[in-house]
Amino acid sequence: MTRSSLAGRWGYYVTGTALAILFLSPLLWSGWASLRTNSGFGLENYDRLFTSDNGIRVHHVVNSLTVSALTVAGTLLVATLGGYAFGRFRFPGRDLLFLLTLAILMVPYATILIALYVLLGWIGLQDSLIGLSLVLIMFQLPFSIFMMRNSFEAVPRELEESAQVDGCNSVSTLLRIMLPAVKPGLVTVGLFAFLTSWSEFFAPLILLNSTDQFTTTLAVVNMRTASHGSIDYAALEAGVVFMAVPCLLLFAFMQRSYVRGFTSGALKG
Amino acid sequence: MSTLTPPRSGKARPLPAPEAPRPPRRFRRSAARSRAALGALYATPTAVMVGLFFLVPLVLVGWMSLHKWPLLGAPTMNMPDNYTRIADNELVASAVWFTVKYTVLMTVGLFVVAFGLALLVQQRRRGVGFLRTAFLLPMAVGFASASLLFLGLLSDEIGPVSDLLRSIGLIDGYVSWTSGSSESALGSAMVLVLWRFAGFNMLILLTGLQAIPLEVYEAARIDGASRWQTFRRVTIPLMRPTIALVLTMMITGSLLAFDQFWILTRGGPDNSTTSLVMVIYREAFIRLDLGSAAAISVALLAVLVVFNVIQLGVLRRRS
Repeated sequence: MTRSSLAGRWGYYVTGTALAILFLSPLLWSGWASLRTNSGFGLENYDRLFTSDNGIRVHHVVNSLTVSALTVAGTLLVATLGGYAFGRFRFPGRDLLFLLTLAILMVPYATILIALYVLLGWIGLQDSLIGLSLVLIMFQLPFSIFMMRNSFEAVPRELEESAQVDGCNSVSTLLRIMLPAVKPGLVTVGLFAFLTSWSEFFAPLILLNSTDQFTTTLAVVNMRTASHGSIDYAALEAGVVFMAVPCLLLFAFMQRSYVRGFTSGALKG
Repeated sequence: MSTLTPPRSGKARPLPAPEAPRPPRRFRRSAARSRAALGALYATPTAVMVGLFFLVPLVLVGWMSLHKWPLLGAPTMNMPDNYTRIADNELVASAVWFTVKYTVLMTVGLFVVAFGLALLVQQRRRGVGFLRTAFLLPMAVGFASASLLFLGLLSDEIGPVSDLLRSIGLIDGYVSWTSGSSESALGSAMVLVLWRFAGFNMLILLTGLQAIPLEVYEAARIDGASRWQTFRRVTIPLMRPTIALVLTMMITGSLLAFDQFWILTRGGPDNSTTSLVMVIYREAFIRLDLGSAAAISVALLAVLVVFNVIQLGVLRRRS
């Protein structure tokens, strides 16, 4: 081994370790700060998070879970059917609809949300979790449809044809043959939909008005923005940890398939 | 697309033998037509979602921008007042200037850091999986949560940053990072965005790096190219589509910045970190003037569409 490559290897490990510490330390610190109290360590900050005047309540958590469940289910349903249609069928208007779906990415969030606020009011979904979920599903569509189209395109055509020859109709072909084949794509799309809907801040801020309907993110941020006096930073960090732990666990468990699904989708574009 | 796919009503049909006569032409055409209808049926939920929650609001926001549209009460047409008033709005002018400044600084910083990380974890060696996970993990934390995390981290009350810097003598006395001066408020937001988004952009750049065939590097090495030359003349040109994608996302994301300033700096001190989207929110839900918010939105939308079209054109020409 030459001297310079040895130095290079050391350089790599020192830089890598230093950077990893920099990236991980805010996460570790928030966990530490959320447990730290005046007299040592304990759950007092979490206690204040759930009981103080403008802290979060159980129904906020239920609201968040409802919105996430509706968004994940709706995104999977629409994106599976749409991805199947775009990946395997030819029909009039197909390319136009696909382009329009991708165009959602080009339009600023804020632009359509102002109009969506008015529109949801017209159809009786103002200040409603269902209305919010529908909007979140729409914002998930570009990425999800794109992923699912690529997944369906990658399934060998013979698999589908032999199923049909065996007497499966279109729906049972989709359910029994195609869905298992596109599972990695479904996992990626579902995980992405969960992470976004669970943590989303701007859309609920605009579309939800009453504190009863608030999601956990809104309620936690409200602890900062609604406080006129001093901010209870420790309870705030408890809120951060409470919000982040489900996401971090899911992400850690599914990182492999998530990253694989993401990169294969991105490369094929 | 195969037109030979049997119709779905063919449940009772026997397995077609290889020498079976082909179905008559008209039958095949109607099979193709029913398959098209089926495809359209599967695409209907997408069409409804895109139509109702994307196209209708898009038209509506244009319509709203031509009206005096209070949060409550009936709208009245006042075209083109909402647009002419944008020019008189001093907050819009300072927000435009700030948003552009932030976009330039953030895009450059984020791109350099993300590319550096991608190069660092590009090769398979021991420990690289751990590094990738460490850089990616922040993106699992929601952006609003991450903003609150940094609010605490940078605070003087419980944050360790000021103590740490004081103990090594870089600062002395009390420093309020997120609201002390406009520079430190901007810096705080940038550090937050770097932490939260560098890993995500690293991931995309990494897919681009790994798509470059090894033979190309081999050829460059045989030709006697130095490392820097290889990077300049081989890596960068071959990465162009990926770089364009990443830059587009960074620029669009920065132009639409909201959470980081709304939560971390509250737009202060003295509105010096108020972004354009914050102004839109303020017009709509604090000043209760949806028409004015819609007009600023339409203007922002126009800028972004022009920018994206140029970007797409550049992408297509080069690839």
